[in-house]
Amino acid sequence: MLIETNKISPYQLAVKTEQMVLNMGPQHPSTHGVLRLELELEGELITKVVPHIGYLHRCFEKHAEVMTYPQVVPYTDRMDYLASMGNEFGYAVAVERLLGIQVPERVEYIRVIMAELQRIASHLVALGTYGADIGAMTPFLFCFRDREMILSLFEMTCGARLLYNYIWVGGLSHDLHPDFVRETREFCSYFKPKIKELNDLLTYNKIFVERTANIGILPLDTAINFGVSGPMLRGSGLKWDLRKDDPYSVYHKFDFDIPVGEGNMGTVGDCWDRYYVRVLEMGESLKIIEQALDQLPEGDVLSAIPKRIKPPVGQVYARIENPRGELGYFIISDGSVNPFRVKVRAPSFVNLGVMDVLCRGHLVADIVAILGSIDIVLGEVDR
Amino acid sequence: MYDFFVDLFGNKILAASVSAVPPLLFILLFVLFAVWLERKVSAHMQDRLGPMRVGWHGCLQTIADLIKLIQKEDILAKANDKPLFNLAPILVFTGSYAAFAAIPFSSYYIGSNLDLGIFFIIGISGLVVAGILMAGWASNNKYSLLGAMRAAAQIISYEIPTILVVLTVVMITRTMNLHTLSEMQTGYIWNWMIFGGPGTGLEKFLFIPLMIIGFLVIYTSTLAEVNRTPFDIPEAESELVSGYHTEYSGMKFAMFFLAEYANMYAVSAIVTALFLGGYQSPFGYFGNLIGASWLVPIEQFFWFAAKGAFFVFVQMWLRWTLPRLRVDQLMALCWKYLIPIAFVNLIIVGLITVL
Repeated sequence: MLIETNKISPYQLAVKTEQMVLNMGPQHPSTHGVLRLELELEGELITKVVPHIGYLHRCFEKHAEVMTYPQVVPYTDRMDYLASMGNEFGYAVAVERLLGIQVPERVEYIRVIMAELQRIASHLVALGTYGADIGAMTPFLFCFRDREMILSLFEMTCGARLLYNYIWVGGLSHDLHPDFVRETREFCSYFKPKIKELNDLLTYNKIFVERTANIGILPLDTAINFGVSGPMLRGSGLKWDLRKDDPYSVYHKFDFDIPVGEGNMGTVGDCWDRYYVRVLEMGESLKIIEQALDQLPEGDVLSAIPKRIKPPVGQVYARIENPRGELGYFIISDGSVNPFRVKVRAPSFVNLGVMDVLCRGHLVADIVAILGSIDIVLGEVDR
Repeated sequence: MYDFFVDLFGNKILAASVSAVPPLLFILLFVLFAVWLERKVSAHMQDRLGPMRVGWHGCLQTIADLIKLIQKEDILAKANDKPLFNLAPILVFTGSYAAFAAIPFSSYYIGSNLDLGIFFIIGISGLVVAGILMAGWASNNKYSLLGAMRAAAQIISYEIPTILVVLTVVMITRTMNLHTLSEMQTGYIWNWMIFGGPGTGLEKFLFIPLMIIGFLVIYTSTLAEVNRTPFDIPEAESELVSGYHTEYSGMKFAMFFLAEYANMYAVSAIVTALFLGGYQSPFGYFGNLIGASWLVPIEQFFWFAAKGAFFVFVQMWLRWTLPRLRVDQLMALCWKYLIPIAFVNLIIVGLITVL
């Protein structure tokens, strides 16, 4: 008897297989907030990922249009709430460029110290939650323990632990506390061995490496095409850091390296590389903080704040290197006390775009690893 | 134990019911202790204090949690398959509870002195898989279903290396009766199976490395069988929320919880009975020393509980240290490493026993 192979048998028609659509989030332990991922699964294999955003949309950009320039600062805090200092910094840089004013040296130094402390704090959350996503709970709590110390430094400076309203246009809300320099130095010397501890506990753990190396590989050309920035771009091997490549503030005065992904455990641009770039960046931030503390000039932090902020008609795009990548503010001024338009280029939002490319062909468990390595903050994605 | 009660009451059903009570009591007390211990161990590993409010260092926290769980509403979703949904937690708990019937707690207390003790335990534990699969299916939730599928695949795969190692021990001791097995390992610490068993001479010396390998294999695979980190993939919190028991609440959830901790002890008890002398003391008995022989079973019970609790502690230790493997890596570990190692081990031990 002849068997026609290319003909579908009635049994095959009866057993119709279809892809399972799994809705991950917005209430899910590891979507880092209120992200919804629509997964198409073939068994446990992912064929498509569609991120749905907007659950935390708070109309920041529209709000900014009815606020005066200084009133916008507290709103910027709430975008990337893990790196509020960076958000304020970027906004202040943008408005100052629009105004064409110079701020005192001391202000710039303090801003850099704060931004770098914030970078460490933000990376600690990123690395800790990444460990938790992979299943290791203990590094998560260790990271939060160390982050608490940075938050205490911030609290000492401006009274707030999460949303600071500290970096103002043209200056700062307070000068440093008299103990700040000493305690920050103590923190630096405390924190250096803790990076090694994290490496011993998590980074070189066999299971952790197995879970992250060669997973979610982001080739450099794809990264550039999608406009990815920050540790994600550096994880793919490009030495691109706005602190060096488009220096703002006083970053040109400090000596630090830009770590890039080298594919130590797998391929360049995999999850482990992105993770490890963040670990190394914490060390570089410590270097910057120590240099800035050594060089910290005397002066007044409030003197340069304009009494009335009313920039001339024009527009400006200022960008800074936030912990998650290039944070850009595009501000149009119509000459009044309110900005005509504020548009934010949020690094998390742009980085999230590669999710689908990274996830295809991986398993469900890898989604968590990939999403964790992108390190999104939904407050910034939705704004 | 069962025979003792049969003699006492002259009624088999009554005797069976009465002899079923002590394991249940043991499970409940152990779970109360183990949940508290888990929270304290995790807390101290993570620079925290853990529960501190209820009782001394929070030791009554579990009781408070239990009371809370009893009060909770038992939520049944519309889409649940109700009979299966209700049956699943009972089945899971039955599986782990029944395993306690054949575990020898001391030379005088063993629920039922079965000749096929270890065989019975492995067989009855299979009920757990059925219960988990049932729970995942009946929940009508995709996460639960994925969790249940993973659990079934994982538990069934890891039973193979477990059974191979059990066979290795059985080949040396030529008994499946856990009571006899424990009695064989009497005396001192070097009579334990992990140190080559009660034999003498070259044979014992050859067994030592093989037994240590066997012990490591069985401990790893039992970890996977009870879904503990690094093999807690069925309940992987960051991926599948809670896996197969996502939809459960109140007492039904507590049943799963109870079964999980009971299982943790059950597998530790098996490992103890097979490799670490069961209820035997590592050195002599205090009761024999002072001539009070009634003290010996109590000491034996203490040793058995302590050894089991130690392995439960190691399970917790691993849980709070290690990340989680992925499904395919888990399967690779089982099929590519553990099973071949266990199998080669089995063959070598077989050759030595024959020659």
